[in-house]
Amino acid sequence: MEALTIIGSVSIIVSGFTIAIGCIGPSLAEGKAVATALTAIAQQPDASNTITRTLFVGLAMIESVAIYALVVSMILIFANPFWNFAITQAQAAVR
Amino acid sequence: MELSPDEVVYWTFGYAKLNKTIVTTWFIIFFLSFFSWLVTRKMTNGIEISRWQNFLEIVVGGIRDQIGNIGIKEPEKYIGFIGTLFLFIATSNIATIFPWYDAPTGSLSTTIGLAFMVFCAVPFYGIAQKGIFPYLKSYIQPTVIMLPFNIITEVSRTFALAIRLFGNIMSGSIILAILLSIVPLLFPIIMTVLGLLTGIIQAFIFAVLSTVYIAAAVQNKEKVKSN
Repeated sequence: MEALTIIGSVSIIVSGFTIAIGCIGPSLAEGKAVATALTAIAQQPDASNTITRTLFVGLAMIESVAIYALVVSMILIFANPFWNFAITQAQAAVR
Repeated sequence: MELSPDEVVYWTFGYAKLNKTIVTTWFIIFFLSFFSWLVTRKMTNGIEISRWQNFLEIVVGGIRDQIGNIGIKEPEKYIGFIGTLFLFIATSNIATIFPWYDAPTGSLSTTIGLAFMVFCAVPFYGIAQKGIFPYLKSYIQPTVIMLPFNIITEVSRTFALAIRLFGNIMSGSIILAILLSIVPLLFPIIMTVLGLLTGIIQAFIFAVLSTVYIAAAVQNKEKVKSN
């Protein structure tokens, strides 16, 4: 049971840190991208269609970095391979 | 909580499982093929065309123009592959407005399969366009030292392509599930609308990135210099 406690608590803590640290960079980048796009639209309102389309594509590509962090933290919480391994080990020990 | 529609299994026969991903994927495939068959059955090139043929002409023409904008000289050669990717992903993401439906792109097996198709299509089109040795030569392009890095790039961008689509759709459905347990009234609808937007954008990005990879494989040396 000791190993299970360690694995569970470490997974939860690390998944929290993963999403917290992993969101810093993408959010800064998204803010910068939106601010620049707004400046560009303010300077050239005629080009707002092109700017908006490029902005959305760029935002989605920036956001996918944050999504990678989310996937890792989700795997740590819901589909942790070490947790499953420890559970099967514990069950085998009980039997 | 389910991470992916893979975990909803309808029918098991030995090793083979019939899960929700397969069912929804086949449903999307049948819908797209049946719809296209129904429309193109009475296709004409006269002045009077039916409204659905008009719709499909807009879709196909738009995809062809987008592929051409990225820098491929003959978009007609690649529209079958790239357009199918875009239409499949877009349809499966839009169909989340139906109840009891989970997008098959929210499962890692689907997105890995789609990205693997891109992974195979890039050398296929590259060899078909340039011949086998000029294509293989592009792997050692600056120097021979770059060979392992070029191979790593090929593999890692495939995984990035798969995980980007999977993560976006999966995070949308998980945020929806969390919101349903906290604020079940009206607010999940807003997130669903946002999810539809994200789905379309992700389908667009998937198609654009595969086009960029294929364009990098098929473009000629002289064209690069002229640019």
